[in-house]
Amino acid sequence: MPQNDTLFTPKLTGCNYTTPDQRAKLTGTARYAEDFRAEGMLICKLLTSPLPHAKVKHLDISAALAMPGVRAILTADELPQPADSASDSGAMIKASPWSERALTMEPHYQGEPIVAVAATDEAAATAALEAIDITFEPLPFVIDPLDSLRPGGPNARTNGNVWLPPGKPGEQPCIGELKWTATDFETAGRERLPMGKTAAEWSYGDVVTGLSQAALVLDETFVTPNVSHQALETRSTLAWWENGKLHLTVGTQGTIQTVPAIAKWLNMSVDDIVLISEYTGGAFGGKITASVAVIIPALLAKKAQAPVMLRVSRADEQSIGRARPSLIGRMQAGFSKEGRLLGLDLFVIMDNGPYEQQGDAATAGRMGSLLYQPKAMRWRGTAVLTNTPTRGPQTAPGGLQVSAMLGPILAKAARRLNLDPLAVCRINAPEGRAPVGPPKADGSLNAATSAFVKEALDRGAETFGWQARRARPALTKGSVRRGIGVATGCFVAGTIGFDGLFVITPEGRLRLHTGIGNLGNESFSDVQRVVADAMDVPWEVCEIAWGNTAKPMPWSCVSGGSQTIHAMSRAALAASLDARQKLKEIAAKTLGGKAEDYNIGDQRVFRNDSSQAGISFAEAAGRAIKLGGVYDGHECPADVNKMTKTSVAALAGQGLVAVARDNFPRDGQTYSHVASFAEVEVDIETGMYRIVDFHAEADAGLMVHPRAFAGQLAGRSMLGIGHATMQKWFYDNQHGAPLSKRFYQTRPPTVLCFPEKFTWGSVGIPDPQTPVGARGIGEPPTGAACAAVLCALTDALGDDKFFRAPVMVDAILAASEPGTRALPGGLSANV
Amino acid sequence: MAQTLRGKLGLTGLKIGCDRGECGACTVLIDDVPQYACSILTQSVRGKNILTIEGLARSDGGLHPLQQGVLEEQGFQCGYCAPGFLMATLGYLKTKPEPTRQELAHGVSGNLCRCQDYDKILTALMRGAEYMKKG
Repeated sequence: MPQNDTLFTPKLTGCNYTTPDQRAKLTGTARYAEDFRAEGMLICKLLTSPLPHAKVKHLDISAALAMPGVRAILTADELPQPADSASDSGAMIKASPWSERALTMEPHYQGEPIVAVAATDEAAATAALEAIDITFEPLPFVIDPLDSLRPGGPNARTNGNVWLPPGKPGEQPCIGELKWTATDFETAGRERLPMGKTAAEWSYGDVVTGLSQAALVLDETFVTPNVSHQALETRSTLAWWENGKLHLTVGTQGTIQTVPAIAKWLNMSVDDIVLISEYTGGAFGGKITASVAVIIPALLAKKAQAPVMLRVSRADEQSIGRARPSLIGRMQAGFSKEGRLLGLDLFVIMDNGPYEQQGDAATAGRMGSLLYQPKAMRWRGTAVLTNTPTRGPQTAPGGLQVSAMLGPILAKAARRLNLDPLAVCRINAPEGRAPVGPPKADGSLNAATSAFVKEALDRGAETFGWQARRARPALTKGSVRRGIGVATGCFVAGTIGFDGLFVITPEGRLRLHTGIGNLGNESFSDVQRVVADAMDVPWEVCEIAWGNTAKPMPWSCVSGGSQTIHAMSRAALAASLDARQKLKEIAAKTLGGKAEDYNIGDQRVFRNDSSQAGISFAEAAGRAIKLGGVYDGHECPADVNKMTKTSVAALAGQGLVAVARDNFPRDGQTYSHVASFAEVEVDIETGMYRIVDFHAEADAGLMVHPRAFAGQLAGRSMLGIGHATMQKWFYDNQHGAPLSKRFYQTRPPTVLCFPEKFTWGSVGIPDPQTPVGARGIGEPPTGAACAAVLCALTDALGDDKFFRAPVMVDAILAASEPGTRALPGGLSANV
Repeated sequence: MAQTLRGKLGLTGLKIGCDRGECGACTVLIDDVPQYACSILTQSVRGKNILTIEGLARSDGGLHPLQQGVLEEQGFQCGYCAPGFLMATLGYLKTKPEPTRQELAHGVSGNLCRCQDYDKILTALMRGAEYMKKG
C-alpha cells in the first residue's frame, strides 16, 4: 500500500469546516421526505393488525371505498411479487419466500400493515380505516424466544420458529422448527440460559482445554434489550408518477443503493425510478435502503393517479420502524491468573422478530473473537422467530451486545483474580493485524487491517485518571455508592470497491457527485475533502451534488456499518487520481511533451520544469469536452458499476469527467475500536444513579472531520448508554401486545441523561491498509459505552447483582437488598 | 397547530416527530413562550404572535445570532430536531439570557435528539447565547 502522502497531502482533510447542509438545517429550509408537497397530494394511512399472529378471514373494503374523499385502497394481493436480484459480482440472489411484505393477509406482529388507504386528507383516510370490514382467525403466537424453544412451545410462523442454515452450498437459509428438551431447561435452572441445540456454530482452537487450564472459569448469563431505532423522522414517503417514472421522497442511508432495492420490491427497472433524499432525519441502521413500506404510496399513487404521501405516525413507526434484537447469551470464559482469556464458549439466542434473519447473533461471535482475542473460542447461536416487530441492524449490530455481555465478565474476572480491570482489558486487547473469527474454510482466521486498542486504553486511562480513581477510598456519602468501569467496543469500519465521480467544469469548479445518504454523520461531504486535497484546490471551488438520483451519482456504499469514511474516501481518491492523469494527458496534448512531464497545483496543470507553462483547470475542462472519449465521459471505465456507467453517460460532455472504481489493495478486514471509561454514583435508597464522568478514546485511523468524529463518539456512546440505563420493550405476553409504543414508554436519553462530564480523544494512527488512513467511527462507541457503564454499576453494587440490561431503578433497589440477586424480568427478552 | 403550520401555511421547518408532546421537534414561540405546536389547537392562538424557525433569520437572509453560533459549532447531526431546539432555546433565553450550561440543558430538556450528540448541541447553543448577548 503506498503511503498516503504519495497520493495526496491532507490539508483540509482532518480540519473542521461548515458542511454544506448545516445552514438549511438551522433555517428550516432543509426538506426531509415529509416536507415535500405535490399538487393534488393524497394522504395514506395504514390499517394495522390488532393481533400478534392471525390470518385475515374476511376483508371488505367497499364501504371504505365509498366514503367521501377516499381515492384508492391497496391490499396485499395487489403487491407485485418481489424480483430476484443480483449482487455486485453478478451472482443471482433469489427473492426469499419468507421476506417481509409491505402489506400482508397473515400479520406476524401487532401493528403490521394489512391495508392502506389514500384519501384527500388525513381525517378522511383515518375514517375510512374505521369503515373497513375485517375479521381475523387468531393463530398461535410467541413473544419470548425461550418460550418458543420449550418442548411444545408455540411457533411464530406456521412453518417454524428458527432460521436454519442452508442445507447445501448455494442454497438460502430457511425457516424450520427447533425445540429444546425439558432436561435442557431443568439443568440450567432459573438464572442460567439453557444450552440446547443451536442452528449454527463455529470454533477455533481447543476450548475445552482452554477452560480446563484456566485459573478462573466464569459461567455467566446476560440479556440485552430489544431497542427500537426511533429515528426522530418517521419513514413517511411521498410518491408520484411522471412520464412513466416513479418519483419518491424518502429517508435513506444510501441514496443510490435504495433505487435497486425499490426496483426489487416493485419488480420494475431501476431506470424508471427517481429517488429524492436530500436529508434523512436519523436512521441508525433502520433506513439502510429505506424499507419495504415505501412501495405502498408508490402503488397507491399509480392506482389513484395522484401523488400520495404515506404519513407514518410515531405509533406506526414503533411497529414498522425496525429495532435491535435482544440477545440472550451464556458465556463460559476461562482466564489465566494474569487475566488472559484462554477459552471462550459463547452461546447466544436472538429474538429475531418474524422476518429476515438478523446478523446480530453471528456478528456478536465475530466481534467477540476480535475484541477479546480468546486463544480458543466456540460460538453457537440461533435466531428465534417471535411475533414482535421486524428487526433491523442498529448501530454496531451484535457488536453492542457482545460488549455488554463480555465487558462485565472481564471486569468480574479482574476482581476475582485481584487484578486491575484495565489490565485485563489490555492483556486481551487486539493488536496490529489481530486475528478475527470465524475460521475460514481452511481453518485459518481472518486478520484485521490494524488495531491500536492498547494505545487507546493507555491514552484513555491517562485522560480519565483511571489509576487515581482506583486508588481513592470508597465513597461514604450516606446511601450513595461510587463505581468506575472500563470497556472496549469494536465494529466493522470499512469496505472497498465503490466508485468515485466528479466533473471539472469549464468554469474551473469541481462538482462532486455522491450517492451517499445524508443522515447527519456528514460523510457525504467529509469524504469530498479528500478530493479537494488530492486536486490541491480550495474547498470553495467544490460543490456537492447529492440527494437526488436525477443528478447523476456514482455507485456508493450505504452510510451504514461505519463503512462510508473508509470506502468512499478511497473512491474519492481513486477518482482524483483519474482526474490528475487526465489533466496531465490533456496538458501534454495541448502543450506538448508527455503526461509525466506535468504536475497539478493551484487549480492548474503545469510543466514540472516550468510552472509558467500550463493550463488552468477551466481550460483543461473545455479541452476535455473537445477531446471527448474518456476525457469528458463519452467513454467509461469497464470496471465501474453499471449505475455509475449510466451516470457517466448522463454527465458526458459537461467537462472533464473523473471516474474510477476503488481498486486500491487491502489486506485484511477493517475494524475500528473504542475504549470507554465511566464513573457512576448510585443511590441505593432511591435506585437513582448518575453518570458523573465519561471518556471515550477512539482507534479509528485518521480523523477526516474532527467535529463530526466527536459527534459520532458522543452520540453513539449515548445510544449505548441508553441500552445500559433506560431503554427496553414492555410486553403484555398474554395478548402479545406491545406496551411501549411511544417515546415516553421507551424513552431515548435526553440532554439531562448525558454524562455530567464528557471528554473524548483519538489515537489517530492512520490505518496502513487504506490510502487515506481513515476508518469509520459510528459503531464501536455504542458497545464500549454500554459495557463501561454496566461495569461501573457492578463496581458500585458488587458482583452478581443484575444479569440483564437496562439496569433501571427496580434492578438497583433489588440489588441493594442484602443477599439478593436481582431478577426483574428473568431471562425474558421483553418484560 | 403543527398541522396547520405545515399543511396549510407551508411552514415545514417545524417537524412532527411524535404527534403528541413527547419530542419537542415542533416547538414554536407563542407570544415568546416555547410551546409544542402538536399539542395546541389552532383556534386557541387567535391574535397571538407565532414565531417559527422560518422567522428566525434576518429579512436580508443573515442568520440570527443563535443560528450563527450553532452553525459555527456544527451543532446538529441529522438536523431533524434542530428547529425545535433552536426555538426552545430562544424562548428560554428570553427568560434567562445568561444561563449556565447546566441551566440551558434544563431549559431544552423537553426536546429530544435521537442522534444524541447533546455535548455538541449544548456547546453550540451556548455559543449562540453568547452571540445573542453581544447582539
